Amino acid sequence: MDKDSKDYKEQMQAEHSTPLHTGRGQGVGPMGPLLSIKDLHASINGKEILKGINLEVKPGEVHALMGQNGAGKSTLSNVLVGHPAYEVTKGSVTYNGKDLLAMSPEDRAHEGLFLSFQHPVEIPGVSMVNFMRAAVNEHRKYKGLPALTASEFLKLMREKRAIVELDGKLANRSVNEGFSGGEKKRNEIFQMAMLEPTFAILDETDSGLDVDALRIVAEGFNKLRTPETSAIVITHYQRLLDYLKPDIVHVLLDGRIVKTGGPDLAQEIEQRGFDWIKREVQTLP
Amino acid sequence: MNSNHNKSGLSTPLHYREGQGGGSATQYIELFAQCEAMISKHSAEVLNSLRAKAFEDFKRLGFSTRKDEDYKYTDVSKAFEPDYGLNLNRLDIPVNPYDVFKCDVPNMSTALYFVANDSFYNKALPKSNLPEGVLLGSLKELSESYPELVGKYYGKLAETSKDAVVALNTMLAQDGLLLYVPKGVVVEKPIQLVNILRADVNFMVNRRVLVILEDGARARLLMCDHAMDKVDFLATQVIEAYVGSGATLDFYELEENTTATRRFSYLNVYQEADSNVLVGGITLHNGLTRNTTRVTLAGQGAYINLSGMAIADKNQHVDNHTFIDHQVPDCTSRELYKYVLDDSATGAFAGKVLVREGAQHTASEQTNRNLCVTRQARMYTQPQLEIYADDVKCSHGATVGQLDENALFYMRQRGVSEQEARLLLMFAFVGDVVDNIRLDALRDRLHLLVEKRFRGEMGKCQGCTMCK
Repeated sequence: MDKDSKDYKEQMQAEHSTPLHTGRGQGVGPMGPLLSIKDLHASINGKEILKGINLEVKPGEVHALMGQNGAGKSTLSNVLVGHPAYEVTKGSVTYNGKDLLAMSPEDRAHEGLFLSFQHPVEIPGVSMVNFMRAAVNEHRKYKGLPALTASEFLKLMREKRAIVELDGKLANRSVNEGFSGGEKKRNEIFQMAMLEPTFAILDETDSGLDVDALRIVAEGFNKLRTPETSAIVITHYQRLLDYLKPDIVHVLLDGRIVKTGGPDLAQEIEQRGFDWIKREVQTLP
Repeated sequence: MNSNHNKSGLSTPLHYREGQGGGSATQYIELFAQCEAMISKHSAEVLNSLRAKAFEDFKRLGFSTRKDEDYKYTDVSKAFEPDYGLNLNRLDIPVNPYDVFKCDVPNMSTALYFVANDSFYNKALPKSNLPEGVLLGSLKELSESYPELVGKYYGKLAETSKDAVVALNTMLAQDGLLLYVPKGVVVEKPIQLVNILRADVNFMVNRRVLVILEDGARARLLMCDHAMDKVDFLATQVIEAYVGSGATLDFYELEENTTATRRFSYLNVYQEADSNVLVGGITLHNGLTRNTTRVTLAGQGAYINLSGMAIADKNQHVDNHTFIDHQVPDCTSRELYKYVLDDSATGAFAGKVLVREGAQHTASEQTNRNLCVTRQARMYTQPQLEIYADDVKCSHGATVGQLDENALFYMRQRGVSEQEARLLLMFAFVGDVVDNIRLDALRDRLHLLVEKRFRGEMGKCQGCTMCK
């Protein structure tokens, strides 16, 4: 794709009339958005962080979300997956035709939403195997499928581990306990491989990764993508986007999306930073 | 006082109810004064020889109240107040426990024995292939056959002059278990003793366990407590364990009682040089539990690993009181206690480590970690270190906390239900205590039992067909 941010809107509209994606159906129509965020306001500890987010993600699209620290990127991802510390004060989020905000975090996961955490939690004493078995089997139960047998499950673990080149030893340890930064991120993508989400949010999955680890994680993600997999990728750097090739790039500033463009917007930010966008926003009426 | 039996043929009810506020000791004084001859008649000389002194001590001490520093969290007086029946005439339990009891640890091949209420069950003993010289059986009978051996050790560790419940137990106990392993003998097969509480009326049992491991001997003992009926039970238990030089003892206790059971257990361990002892005390289900554990490290190079865990909900109460006495140099003590308290459960842990003057190069580590799952659950923890030597390595730590909210959310984001996520975290929390167990089959089984307990699938013990 070779889009210029100026005529990006027209291009998108043109694309709308030419279905590129097979779509997931399920009452939203082939080109209806998978995720639709409208005027979303959210706060934590009484402090408003999101101040009216509007965003639509269609099946198969990858959106990059950029912005300086504190702009609200992680808040948005946490709100989408239902973190109880955040309070939605206004607005709506529709996912796959359903009211996302009315769902429990686990049901959002069952519906195909996955967050690769910026800071994956260490859970001493809970083995990766037990954790993943519980997760996979609850997903299956939600879909009306029988639980996997122990051998089926271990086979699945082995297959998916290979995608992110995760050491078998790590898979036998407690969840994230004693993992290096890179191993933790790799483990996030491994879990994504196990759960096969339809909508993934990658929250700074590239931070703390060296060049090789970044390649493994990004290529792993690409291998897992289907034409229907959508994603929001939060990052500060172009190098992850070089692999993931986003369709659309948004800039978040002070709890609002202030600029939207094609992949070149990310490149421009890489070169020029965010100040020019801030100035642009300030000059708006 | 009525010494007739009730319909079940098991009980000698205590009918002394003359409204003595807080003076619940009086009924036991009356009982002993009236029934001493009967108690002694159905016991053995070695046990009888300590009754008179125990009686004097009991009369002097009376039951502790919560004003007593050692019983701050457990009201002994109140627990002993109700009327319980006793089986002073030693009538047989009307069932064969070997028929009704299905072991909770099925993959473990053990030498299995029963103490039904407070009598050692010897009607249908299994063929044991214990090494020559090992004595295992009824304390009463073996002390009749080996009065010198038993007399040398019985009642020497459990002092009646300091604790009213120990005095009461010594006064009333008629039987229990003896395990004696001669010098250098290794008992390969784990020994399992199941204490069954079985009665149709509110019932009291007083049992004794005496373990003697001579120099270099090795044995593993698993004791399980099972209350089988819904009546109120009161159990007192005094265990004395002598562990000779270079001897190794693994001692596990698994409590699976009903909520109507009150249990007071006293474990006294005496360790000679280079001995190695592991104590694992696990309260899976109970009513009111008070465990007092006293360990004396008397010989250089002795090692004790003292671990315990309690899972309690409803109004259950678990109180562990431990005292480790480092008397000589170069001993090691490791202590780990973990509690998971749900609903309105209360837990208490008071652990004292004393390092005496001259006990150089002592290594001591004490940890008590607790999880209060609800706001109503209460945990009282009191770690204490008293050190009179200057070249030691001692540490202690205690925490009371809730489940890690971030971990909970992380798991829920992966689709694990909140309930299941909580369970995984609670299970993980006590995992290291279970992992301390050196018996593979028991450890594996306990992982399962703990999980079942957290899932609420085990309101009571599940080991026997008698439990319905």
